[in-house]
Amino acid sequence: MRLGPDERGYFGEWGGSWVPETLMQPLEELRKAYRRAQRDRVFQQRLNELLETYVGRPTPLYRARRLGAELGGAQIWLKREDLCHTGAHKLNNALGQALLAREMGKSRVIAETGAGQHGVAVATAAALLGLECRVYMGEEDMRRQALNVYRMRLLGAEVAPVASGSRTLKDAINEALRDWVTNVRTTDYVLGSVLGPHPYPMMVRDFQSVIGRETFAQFRKATHRLPDLVVACIGGGSNAAGIFSAFVPHERVRLVGVEAGGRGRAPGEHAARFGGDGSPGVLHGTRTWVLQDRDGGILPTHSISAGLDYPAVGPEHAAWRDSGRVTYTQVDDRDALGAFHVLAETEGILPALESAHAVAYAIKVAPAMPLKAHIVINLSGRGDKDLDEVRRIEGRPS
Amino acid sequence: MSSRLKETFTAARKARRAALVTYVTAGDPDLDRTVELARALRRGGADVLELGVPFTDPIADGPTNQAAAERALASGTTLAGVLEAVREIRRLGETIPIVLFTYANPVLRQGIDRFAADAAAAGVDGVLFTDVPSEESGRFRRPLLNAGLDPVMLVAPTSTKERVRAAAKAGRGFLYLVSRTGVTGARSALDRELEPTIRAVRKLSSLPVAVGFGISTPGQVETVARVADGVVVGSAIVERVARLGESPDLPDAVQAFVTTLAEACRR
Repeated sequence: MRLGPDERGYFGEWGGSWVPETLMQPLEELRKAYRRAQRDRVFQQRLNELLETYVGRPTPLYRARRLGAELGGAQIWLKREDLCHTGAHKLNNALGQALLAREMGKSRVIAETGAGQHGVAVATAAALLGLECRVYMGEEDMRRQALNVYRMRLLGAEVAPVASGSRTLKDAINEALRDWVTNVRTTDYVLGSVLGPHPYPMMVRDFQSVIGRETFAQFRKATHRLPDLVVACIGGGSNAAGIFSAFVPHERVRLVGVEAGGRGRAPGEHAARFGGDGSPGVLHGTRTWVLQDRDGGILPTHSISAGLDYPAVGPEHAAWRDSGRVTYTQVDDRDALGAFHVLAETEGILPALESAHAVAYAIKVAPAMPLKAHIVINLSGRGDKDLDEVRRIEGRPS
Repeated sequence: MSSRLKETFTAARKARRAALVTYVTAGDPDLDRTVELARALRRGGADVLELGVPFTDPIADGPTNQAAAERALASGTTLAGVLEAVREIRRLGETIPIVLFTYANPVLRQGIDRFAADAAAAGVDGVLFTDVPSEESGRFRRPLLNAGLDPVMLVAPTSTKERVRAAAKAGRGFLYLVSRTGVTGARSALDRELEPTIRAVRKLSSLPVAVGFGISTPGQVETVARVADGVVVGSAIVERVARLGESPDLPDAVQAFVTTLAEACRR
């Protein structure tokens, strides 16, 4: 299976460029600049050097023996993206795009953020490269992720609260797009996931594909074979696209994307685009699976993890689902929180609540798998940012 | 087939004036008010009526129209309801051309073929998508044309000559030129580059060119009317709807304001 998209940014029937006309020429310039950068050895060298010496790549592929023994089935491996500088995989993409912005002569970058991890990554890259930075964040997310708001401000970024709509990631993207359409001549939009108009879904996947390439090589070196199952959580789907991309051509490897099942099946209580309630639609510049009402209004979503709390999904995931190459499933808030504790207590690792969804799925399926089977979990981020929220939910004294 | 939109622009040109295109968000504050407003706008001298279909995530709109969409959605406005309001406007004998200003998703949700048939039957003349550039317009164009509706295309200050030509070719009725990079909403001043941009776009298009986004005062209308075939005023009217929404004075106040805009359209 070849990785897309086609010239117009379509993965099968998903993707495209559904944006106001004002953004079409800037998107074309971005596509050209990205194509140039892909062939530019100096650009690639600079990016690789930063990934190695600044982000801390390659990140380890860690064998979670205690968790494996506890589950009594398949062997468990963790791709430790939580050990990236700033605590999540987001910096891989933010650095790539910020370097590209500088190549294009832009002095200002903007970004949206949900959990705050992409915002922190962009603020970090902007500080490193001397770019002005503004991050849009829903008011509800600012409350849930107060620590990341403070981190971004310490890094010199301006955090702009978004009070419209559901005050979460979707509304932050609306506001970032409005900023971009207004300041397009000086500003580059650093989008944080495999979403939005062409070329973002392709470009963000490419910048994150380093996760998959490393995992592939590390796993082969350790075991001389391929894993049986690779699991990743999926909000927009960038960490999943990053790790899956290397395994997609190897049909023997099962790939599973885990969406947020939230706290119930009713509309507004989850973010399960593929879970039965989603349908084809257009949101934020791309045609994909969307949670919407009968009249095409976008529905509110819920997840314990701000990073999965989003009503659409990257278009390439929709195509992978069509082809059956990737299976999509859901884990609810409670099981994600349970997995958060299990990983903390068996391995001494606090996962981000987003990543805990992938851990929960592995916990569910590993016991029924043979001992010689291997599961790789993409541990996309660390859980420090979630401590206040977990404590609040569980009502524990500090 | 000659369209009512095209005829309207031709008539305005012959009368030595720019066509006045007025925008309100349908269903703000409710659809009954929209019907009243449509009549008030026409009485005030509007040549074309643009009705915004409210959407939950209006990325091309500034705060004024966002708030209008929220009010409209809160009053239960749907695409089907907007078409019902158009039917009512026609039942009352109004013949002013009506253009729907919409995001792609509500239309895709209904299905483009059914939407085109329903919109045409209700009395809509044209449809403008805020988030459908010429690259994506293919799947809409044929169904709209088949139903006798004009696809109205947008061009922007960032559009290249090739893009303007492509939009002029894909569109019908008129070409909508966005006055400056940015979202909808009143601005205190027009872009200094606007006049040359309008002239350049008119040279590349056989369609009449209407200019919108950020034009809110009779003075600004007068400036644009000198060089453009049409002038669009939206947020300035929506602001009055927001202020007077429930008041019985709303239609008269809007009509009086639009009269001053229509005067400013004379060359």
